[in-house]
Amino acid sequence: MELTRRQALAVTAGGALAAFGGFRVLPAAAANEATDKLVMEFTGGKTPEAGRITLTAPEIAENGNTVPISVEVDSEMTDADRVEAVMIVAEGNPNPDVATFHFTAMSGAAAATTRIRLAKTQNVAAIARMADGSVYVDRKEVKVTIGGCGG
Amino acid sequence: MAAPKPRIKLPKTASAGEVIVIKTLISHDMESGQRKDKDGNVIPRRIINAFSCEFNGQPVFSCDIAPAVSSNPYFEFSAKVNESGTFKFTWVDDDGSVYSAEQPIEVK
Repeated sequence: MELTRRQALAVTAGGALAAFGGFRVLPAAAANEATDKLVMEFTGGKTPEAGRITLTAPEIAENGNTVPISVEVDSEMTDADRVEAVMIVAEGNPNPDVATFHFTAMSGAAAATTRIRLAKTQNVAAIARMADGSVYVDRKEVKVTIGGCGG
Repeated sequence: MAAPKPRIKLPKTASAGEVIVIKTLISHDMESGQRKDKDGNVIPRRIINAFSCEFNGQPVFSCDIAPAVSSNPYFEFSAKVNESGTFKFTWVDDDGSVYSAEQPIEVK
């Protein structure tokens, strides 16, 4: 049988997809374990709940080398109700930890913006630890066109 | 790599109790330790691993940084100012160098 150009393309595309799909299963699971461990260390073993924290990230990042992200936690930043720290994790990076922001009563507001590197399309999470020990999380999926960890 | 150069942006004046926004940037390669040179050798990690901001000696904001922060690390955060004074910013490099910058603010 002689393959037409169209069939040949379809076959290679299918093969590439299958190979890619198979490849992703294990590393992704391992990465999530590393992320979970990191988050548990930060929260002191507590599972964070949704709410109070907002993570802003682009839906599609053309360049994984500089992805702007912002976090904001709904808090008065008084001594009683205060955000101690916010941790950013990128589940699909070779090392999931990105940055940890520490706030004080002099911060006025628990908000910060920075630019991060993302190796591939993945979930980015922001976890806030309050002064009373409660923890909150927000997640966003960022689609990355060109990865940012260099080859 | 050229010597890292910090850049700070914050208002010159503020009213007492106001929450101001501070933007900081320092020029730095943030070599992640993941990249390889053309012979296949890993380029050693060299990043800014910590940043902090103080106002009149009191901590305002600080950050622990991993290689996943982009080159020329940029941080935007806020601070509550009750009195005139000076903000001091400090960046710590993997090689032990410390880069710092100061900027005054006047409270009216």
